[in-house]
Amino acid sequence: MSQQILLQQGRLIDPSAGTDRVVDILIEDGIIRTIGTGLAAGDGCEVVDLAGMVVAPGFVDMHVHLREPGYEHKETIATGTLAAAFGGFTAVCCMPNTNPAIDDESIVEFVKSQGQRSNRGIVDVFPVGAVTKGRDGKLMAPISELVQAGAIGLSDDGAPVHDAAIMRRAMEYASMYDVPIIQHCEDVALAKGGVMNEGETATRLGLPGIPNVAEEVMIARDVMLAEFTRARYHAAHVSTAGSVALMREAKKKKIKATCEVTPHHFTLTDREVCAFDTNTKMNPPLRTQADVDAIREGLRDGTIDVIATDHAPHSLDEKEVDYIQAPFGIVGLETAIGLSVTHLVATGVLTLSQLVEKFSTNPRKIIGKEISVAEGQAANLTLFDPGAEWTVDCSQFHSKSKNSPFNGTILKGKPVGIVNHGLVLINGTYTGKHI
Amino acid sequence: MKLASRHLLGLDGVSHQDIELILDTAVSFKEILNRPIKKVPPLQGKTIVNLFFENSTRTRISFELAQRRLSADVVNFAASGSSVTKGETLKDTARNIEAMKIDMVVIRHASAGAAHFLTQVVKANVINAGDGCHEHPTQGLLDMYTLREKFGSLKGLRVCIVGDILNSRVARSNIFGLQTMGAEVSVCGPSTLMPREIERLGVKVYHHLDDVLPHVDAVNVLRIQLERAAAGLFPSLREYHRFFGVTSERLAKVNRPIAVLHPGPINRDVELSADVADGPHSLILEQVLNGVAVRMAVLYLLGLSE
Repeated sequence: MSQQILLQQGRLIDPSAGTDRVVDILIEDGIIRTIGTGLAAGDGCEVVDLAGMVVAPGFVDMHVHLREPGYEHKETIATGTLAAAFGGFTAVCCMPNTNPAIDDESIVEFVKSQGQRSNRGIVDVFPVGAVTKGRDGKLMAPISELVQAGAIGLSDDGAPVHDAAIMRRAMEYASMYDVPIIQHCEDVALAKGGVMNEGETATRLGLPGIPNVAEEVMIARDVMLAEFTRARYHAAHVSTAGSVALMREAKKKKIKATCEVTPHHFTLTDREVCAFDTNTKMNPPLRTQADVDAIREGLRDGTIDVIATDHAPHSLDEKEVDYIQAPFGIVGLETAIGLSVTHLVATGVLTLSQLVEKFSTNPRKIIGKEISVAEGQAANLTLFDPGAEWTVDCSQFHSKSKNSPFNGTILKGKPVGIVNHGLVLINGTYTGKHI
Repeated sequence: MKLASRHLLGLDGVSHQDIELILDTAVSFKEILNRPIKKVPPLQGKTIVNLFFENSTRTRISFELAQRRLSADVVNFAASGSSVTKGETLKDTARNIEAMKIDMVVIRHASAGAAHFLTQVVKANVINAGDGCHEHPTQGLLDMYTLREKFGSLKGLRVCIVGDILNSRVARSNIFGLQTMGAEVSVCGPSTLMPREIERLGVKVYHHLDDVLPHVDAVNVLRIQLERAAAGLFPSLREYHRFFGVTSERLAKVNRPIAVLHPGPINRDVELSADVADGPHSLILEQVLNGVAVRMAVLYLLGLSE
């Protein structure tokens, strides 16, 4: 007996196929059987009314910290993927700054299998392998083995690859597999000791600053190396106007360079730090309004390919300290769609179709996990309501950690559910017989 | 008359009216300090803890004297060294204090924002006695008191803060407070010791003392910390003294007296030459006495707010 689910009257937006129309989608045993209008539900077929909702190819958050192994008090693969599912993501790429780091094929296998065991495997977990052994920037990690085991990219995230020669060799080596090197762009000497954006607000607060140039010199160097090696390079979480300009130039020169931005970097500025709220402390730091404006323009004109959250869970105890002691990072999986619809779509920066590109089409192209919403294909879908207004309540997050500066914020645009591997999670409950 | 806030965390955002209230109140306390019996009862029955996570002699003694002269019970907690400067210990320490029914906490800490953090975890009144490079509001107030006493008014007064502005909480509290009171504030120092976009705080920036001295009524000379040279922010103390030291020769080029303040402790013949520190225009010892009066005023006024 097959399992059938009929998604009725959803607005299917698939930029890879140029689709944007209201349709019914019949899914049978996890495969899209029919896309059409006025489809009838057969016996035993579950019907889901999606009038007013968007149906998109499954969103992927290509920058997430799942903290397992090593920091399970902050997050586990199970809690992190549950947060992803409720945030509207069918896949996450998890960064290797775990303990031990994902610098060995056995850790890649462990992370993948934990992902498959978590939440019935509804969210795909794609590990990012380390560039260097132990992420210490010295010896190249076993890149071939990592990629063969399933790493979709390589990064020492949190610890930039500082030595230009090591970066060059890693790029050359990784280019054999056409996987990107994902760089946390920061010149550590320039950023040393900083806890927030260097500028007027840091000057007022007496907090040590991280200058925008700390990010930009690294991007400038890396883009030149990417041009030289012809390798694929992806700049993680760009935060400054200068970084956007550098990436725009790189793309003009046809360098294989892509980049991402986090929702907090297109919504908040360093003025948020004024009350010393440690949930405004992240790296890269919140910048100025001019940077926010440049990032929005970069999203609009396509310079910025991807929206990724840099979901960085920390326990309450870790964040409930003075600003300088507090660790960098905030959770982001469960607010990403709301922040993006509110600040990008409702403001006219992006169309809904462009938003789907930034959350699905583009990141999937970068990590080599492209999908399409078409008959005969596996159903891998994100469902969200672009018109729903809701108030962020961090205590309701499914993530183990609640460190977000958006508690109490009213957002427009809410994830409704996901479909992946024959599983359907809608409004918090699983639908279908396989469960 | 009461202050708008039940804490004193900084002078940024404190109103003209509140600063004036503190300075006016300090006038009557200074008068008490000149009496043979210097003790008055307003804080009788109140318990105050001085929570010093950073070494300090004069600020702690000044606060303690102010507290005792207002008849408060005083507990001193001194902790220095890396293990107790961690934030977690700050939270734990704060909660322990809360459990012991303390009315006010005076905190000095190496991290900017530590006093703000404390207000989130205790119910007591919090007074910031210096948090990292952020603020040192009672120092700013005592500097303003000293200038007001000398010049009669702060309105239109031209004050230059000289030295390591980047790392100075004294500079920030002076800038915010003096500007609120209508003074014209400039800063002078090596460009590497100027925080980025300092001009956006409304101060004029100078890098040559001879350019600014003719245009000011007073200079507030900051202590230069020896480790800043080691950190590569300027080449040497010798060069610092030659180009940024406030000396009698430099002051003599201006044909009128310039009042000299220094928050102490002084590195003699580095940021300030000895003859200027001990000279007729130095207000440094006045600052020390006024510090007790101003801190009495702050403690008294915060004691009124429940």
